[in-house]
Amino acid sequence: MEQPVNTSVTIAGVTLKNPVTVASGTFGSGMEYSEFVDLNKLGAVTTKGVANVPWPGNPTPRIAEIHGGMMNAIGLQNPGIDMFIRRDIPFLKEFDTKIIVNVCGKSTEDYIDVVEKLSDTDADLLEINVSCPNVKEGGIAFGQNPKALYDITKAVKAVAKQPIIMKLSPNVTDITEMAKAAEAAGTDAVSLINTITGMKIDVNRRTFAVANKTAGVSGPAIHPIAVRMVYQTAHAVKVPVIGMGGIATTEDALEMIMAGATAVAVGTANFYNPYATSMIIDGIEEYMKKHGITDIRQLIGCVK
Amino acid sequence: MGKLKMEAAVLSQRQLAADIYSLVLKADEIAAQACAGQFISVYTGDGSRLLPRPISLCEIDRAAGTIRLVYRVVGFGTESFSRLKEGDRMDILGPLGNGFMKQQKKAILVGGGIGIPPMLQLAKELDCEKSIVLGYRDELFLNREFEPYGSVYISSEDGMHGVKGNVIDAIKEYGICGDILYACGPVPMLRGVKAYAAEHDISCQISMEEKMACGIGACLACVCQTTEVDGHSQVHNKRICKDGPVFDAGEVDL
Ligand SMILES: Cc1cc2nc3c(=O)[nH]c(=O)nc-3n(C[C@H](O)[C@H](O)[C@H](O)COP(=O)(O)OP(=O)(O)OC[C@H]3O[C@@H](n4cnc5c(N)ncnc54)[C@H](O)[C@@H]3O)c2cc1C
Ligand SMILES: Cc1cc2nc3c(=O)[nH]c(=O)nc-3n(C[C@H](O)[C@H](O)[C@H](O)COP(=O)(O)O)c2cc1C
Ligand code: FES
Repeated sequence: MEQPVNTSVTIAGVTLKNPVTVASGTFGSGMEYSEFVDLNKLGAVTTKGVANVPWPGNPTPRIAEIHGGMMNAIGLQNPGIDMFIRRDIPFLKEFDTKIIVNVCGKSTEDYIDVVEKLSDTDADLLEINVSCPNVKEGGIAFGQNPKALYDITKAVKAVAKQPIIMKLSPNVTDITEMAKAAEAAGTDAVSLINTITGMKIDVNRRTFAVANKTAGVSGPAIHPIAVRMVYQTAHAVKVPVIGMGGIATTEDALEMIMAGATAVAVGTANFYNPYATSMIIDGIEEYMKKHGITDIRQLIGCVK
Repeated sequence: MGKLKMEAAVLSQRQLAADIYSLVLKADEIAAQACAGQFISVYTGDGSRLLPRPISLCEIDRAAGTIRLVYRVVGFGTESFSRLKEGDRMDILGPLGNGFMKQQKKAILVGGGIGIPPMLQLAKELDCEKSIVLGYRDELFLNREFEPYGSVYISSEDGMHGVKGNVIDAIKEYGICGDILYACGPVPMLRGVKAYAAEHDISCQISMEEKMACGIGACLACVCQTTEVDGHSQVHNKRICKDGPVFDAGEVDL
């Protein structure tokens, strides 16, 4: 007889039925992808970064293809928190999945504004994006200096009703220093990695492939870097780690979990395989059954 | 039904001009739902080139369950498509975007370069008087296939075929008139077409192009500037893949 397996994980008191969510910005608020995947199946849906007011984002071209991945500088185009609360949260509430709202801002006040407005909503967790490499002000400035990260984390935590997840940038010398700063300031969890800053030149047009000049690299090409950083972070802090960066297959997700991630997010892979999340959820369960693992927690951080 | 990603079988591949190919795919579910002006995402099958190549539907045969793509080889993806043979398979996702809003009015169809293919399905679907204006760089392709559906006028940059110049030169030269303009082609051509339509006070629909990642409206890579605030993000950026690729010309800033 087959043993039942427990795939549920808990992050700051919020239980996800399985450890698979989506990476912010690659899945909208789930509306478009609900034509391909049953959102009820996902552990959580993580929404595109939302600010206090609508942001127009960057000029086009906003993306470029690279070997094994892509680069983007969308520039956090979003409808602003008011519309988001009216439209996107009620949409997601119809599904049996957790809602992780990704928050962006240009100043501490911006972040606080959004987080306060979210306090009476059905958002389950707030992911604070202090690591977007594609906006000029704010964003990454908070994510590349441990003192600035500590301060913003503290300020957001003070007003947040929901548990917060600080989303870390890989564009730093020592990821553990950043994770420790966020933990010391009281974050409930950390997520990583955001995209790695890169540049591509279009030799035919003799200009930058992406209008923003620099752009964030994502996709399978960055997976080993992400696994390394998740591993280092999981060993440096006690708060749960949500791992992402190039996850496209069950194997990629399992690597991340074994390196120490409590949950994982699928990003760029959605673009070329809209069924990726669903396949990975099934794949993790199959792996567990095949290897006689009854609880996913036996796998989290099992590779020391 | 709705959008889906599927593996389609190649029924035939034919070269139409130096770098232009025509590919017929068996894709029942997509053919059943698609209409003129829509496109599909085509995947390369190469593990390192992951993003979809958006290609318009040049013809849709619902009865046979087939779709036809006509494309120009410009890079890795399109070059790899050109090597596919009958029986090969390729991953596609569709049907995507909104097609042309067909109106029962005397129509001018304008296609420039690799914007010509989607006009063929439109010409087939439109049941009214049509003038079809096709602009080429040099070598002709598909022009004969338009002939059953309307009067075909040609312009070419080198002057070897039809009017020397662009599609607007051809419209003026032949005194073509109509009550609605449908156009697909490079941005400078679309600008000209939009200005021409405004000048003659006729309605005008144009099909736009931008680099895409998701192709379904989730990633916000493929936006174009619009005069009105967009429904999705409350700014002035419509998504070409989801809100387009066909727009009312007055809606977009070119
Ligand atoms: C809605 C739509 C419909 C289209 N229909 C047709 C058609 O019917 N026939 C045809 O020949 N071409 C069409 N194109 C253009 C076609 O998508 C590109 O020529 C193709 O993606 C180039 O891929 P590549 O790998 O050969 O080139 P590469 O330059 O190697 O491509 C690199 C990356 O850039 C993207 N890219 C490059 N050029 C374009 C472009 N012009 N538009 C969007 N993405 C681009 C590719 O998809 C890929 O992700 C259409 C584009 C759009 C947006
Ligand atoms: C098109 C695109 C948009 C993104 N938008 C956001 C965003 O709004 N907020 C955010 O925190 N991260 C954003 N990211 C980063 C992803 O959430 C993720 O951290 C990164 O892409 C690495 O994962 P991947 O390789 O699986 O895509 C975006 C990434 C992409 C490719
Ligand atoms: S390609 Fe993602 S929104 Fe259009």
